[in-house]
Amino acid sequence: MSDNKFSVTVRVWRQAGPGGKGRMESYKVPDVSPDMSFLEMLDVLNEDLVRRDESPIAFDSDCREGICGCCGLVVNGDVHGPDEHSTVCQLHMRRFRDGDVITVEPWRVKSFPVLKDLVADRSSLDRIMAAGGYISVNTGAAPDANAIPVDKDDAEEAMDAAACIGCGACVAACPNGSAMLFTGAKISQLALLPQGKPEKARRALAMVEAMDAEGFGNCANEYECEAVCPKDVKVANIARMNREFLLGNFLSKR
Amino acid sequence: MKLDAKIPSGPIEKKWDKYRFDLKLVNPNNKRKFDIIVVGSGLAGASAAASLGELGYNVKVFTMHDSPRRAHSIAAQGGINAAKNYPNDGDSVWRLFHDTVKGGDYRAREANVYRLAQVANGIIDHCAALGVPFAREYGGLLANRSFGGAQLMRTFYARGQTGQQLLLGAYSAMMRQVAAGTVKLYPRREMTELVMKNGRARGIIARDLVTGKLETHAGHAVLLCTGGYANVFYLSTNAATCNVSAAWTAYKKGAGFANPCFTQIHPTCIPRSGDHQSKLTLMSESLRNDGRIWVPGKKGDKRAPGAIPEEERDYFLERRYPAFGNLVPRDIASRAAKTEVDAGRGVGPTGQSVYLDFRDSIARKGEDKIRGEYGNLFDMYYQITDENGYKAPMRIYPAPHYTMGGLWVDYDLMTNVPGLFAMGEANFSDHGANRLGASALMQGLADGFFIIPYTLGGYLAGNKLEDVADSDPEFRQAAGEAEQKFKLLLSARGRKTPSEFHRQLGGVMWSECGMARNEASLKRALVKIPGIREEFRENLVVGGGAEELNQTLERAGKVADFIDFAELLVRDALERRESCGGHFREESCTAEGEARRDDAGFSHAAVWEHAGEGKAPLLNKEALEFEHIKPSERSYK
Repeated sequence: MSDNKFSVTVRVWRQAGPGGKGRMESYKVPDVSPDMSFLEMLDVLNEDLVRRDESPIAFDSDCREGICGCCGLVVNGDVHGPDEHSTVCQLHMRRFRDGDVITVEPWRVKSFPVLKDLVADRSSLDRIMAAGGYISVNTGAAPDANAIPVDKDDAEEAMDAAACIGCGACVAACPNGSAMLFTGAKISQLALLPQGKPEKARRALAMVEAMDAEGFGNCANEYECEAVCPKDVKVANIARMNREFLLGNFLSKR
Repeated sequence: MKLDAKIPSGPIEKKWDKYRFDLKLVNPNNKRKFDIIVVGSGLAGASAAASLGELGYNVKVFTMHDSPRRAHSIAAQGGINAAKNYPNDGDSVWRLFHDTVKGGDYRAREANVYRLAQVANGIIDHCAALGVPFAREYGGLLANRSFGGAQLMRTFYARGQTGQQLLLGAYSAMMRQVAAGTVKLYPRREMTELVMKNGRARGIIARDLVTGKLETHAGHAVLLCTGGYANVFYLSTNAATCNVSAAWTAYKKGAGFANPCFTQIHPTCIPRSGDHQSKLTLMSESLRNDGRIWVPGKKGDKRAPGAIPEEERDYFLERRYPAFGNLVPRDIASRAAKTEVDAGRGVGPTGQSVYLDFRDSIARKGEDKIRGEYGNLFDMYYQITDENGYKAPMRIYPAPHYTMGGLWVDYDLMTNVPGLFAMGEANFSDHGANRLGASALMQGLADGFFIIPYTLGGYLAGNKLEDVADSDPEFRQAAGEAEQKFKLLLSARGRKTPSEFHRQLGGVMWSECGMARNEASLKRALVKIPGIREEFRENLVVGGGAEELNQTLERAGKVADFIDFAELLVRDALERRESCGGHFREESCTAEGEARRDDAGFSHAAVWEHAGEGKAPLLNKEALEFEHIKPSERSYK
């Protein structure tokens, strides 16, 4: 609605394909409305590029309401942009001013190889999940949902951890490229719930092992992951993961 | 087209039990010999893959996203229904069945809905066991809330992120099967063709979205769990890549498309701000439990909401529907908002919105309590609009949200194409002409966890399926067709991008076939849409190549299908000369402007059959019988 349009320049990482060399390229975007989301600004730029028969900038995004975890860009060095605890799809252009030069990069993580431009391959996170991010119960085998009461505080804490959207921002923000917040959140969620307790030792060991195998680094104790997490998942989950891992090592029959 | 719904005989309470008993079984050791193709990894797809994997089938799951956890089920906020009756407020399977049939405005199949209500309780049990962190009371038991359209508390929830938590539960169950080796994931793949052999669905052609390469996948059955088509309106609450293409491909291969005109407009969305807008954001209608919806009583009142005194506010839902007030079903709430806006009483910079006001509930319960229940929604509203919903009323307007229509399926969830199943939002079956809040999650998981494991086994055991290989000519031919489709899109050398065409199509659909429709508007749409198609052929620009990651090409394919599909939707809307549920024909309303159903003329599912390119589709009808819930006027006064 606003007629206070302005223009910005975006410097974007362009990379033709997996493993290829990349470079930064600059594009001017006129007629930016403050009500536009950041990704809508990129949409507008892409439309122009397509019309000019230039290659549009590839980036992942889907729900555009901060829950699917598809999007993930580094904007001016900030993972998911300058807003706290937000995804980049929720960033709006009202945060920028006329004449700004905005640098846009993909997640830069060894375990998330770039496929093209700003699109990174985060399938390593799925593989960590496959290693043990579940409760082993077959469909049809469950008791009545109220047969097992769950302490409300535990349920709330499990929900805090379960809010993770799997975007990988925690990894992108970590100087060591660690996936411990992601992994710790899932281990915590399931360890806190009585339903998840029987296999918690096995789970912690298997998920940590998978995390290491994917080449993610160790926790750097910088708390950058928590600072950028769109869902404010806490580093306390890493501490719980470490506890569960240690306990698991003691208790493991493997 | 032969439409046999295969509704079992016997009393409705016993139908599913009897049917399950009569189904043939696949020997446990033989299950791994069957390859099952699941397209889509939302609630329906992930739960189907998990439960079929557990049984030992060899499952392949295809998702267009980088991870199966991204499917748009993730965005559902409010909750999931079940008839547990934990709150002791009179719920039962029968009442959930009754409410769903009535809520769907008597356009759903009774037997399917009854089964849905029956298996719903098991979903809650299973999801709790999977570690879904549902909301709980201090005693440790599950909390319930009431939700749009229900007069009792049957909705289970996980804050405002129920869809996310349920999807992650189903996804984790599926990942367990990935580890077990029964499920294989194919991420960043898009189904481009359905492959038929001897009249049965036997595989798909998928495009690897990273390399652009076309892959052939053969199987014994194909399960489409590919969601709804609300993006035919361009602006909707659906994620940007939600599309109709898989279902449309199936339709072109002979699957019937049922009730495409049954589209749901959700009342509580954040209004549009400008032309650049790529999507509309839904806020859970649980907000209607505590928020009061109003507009200024006077037309064109530009005062700030706080400056408008109580007696000059029109709480139009409470006024028109005193029994249900702000909790009337979605279609009714949406149309009422449109009526106010059309009469010039809309608010906000565009005049295209109404207020959703928490002033009274904050005064009654305190801001902290409201923050505890809806904090994430207020945050979301603030992020998008820069406005604080605790201090001033939010502004909302309806937006396309869910589509009740979809591929026609029988009691087995199988389309009329043998071996092709459709589940979740992709099928048409359970919500009739209008879906009640918190019922989509229920249906997606019911289909995947508790129905398909039985009915698919019945199909596989009951039919002799010959061996197929993806080197068979049928696969080569389908791959050729897919290749041709992309070539054609890339060969266009025009000036308009796929998104521009999509926006144009959406504009036509919203204005001529949106919340209210009439014969004249629908006939206009039937002239405009072929015009868009023609221009699309001549004036499209895509750029890039087929064998690379090319998001413009992906979009072009989706828009091409949306254009064709839109015409079918409008045709269906034109043919259905009654108002029911989300389908409001202005010619068919009462003196007070409420929807008027025509049971004598339209108590049927309209099932459309592809008659060939350039030919008018054929209309088939499945008559709907209501033995248990007698159609009555759907009054919420």
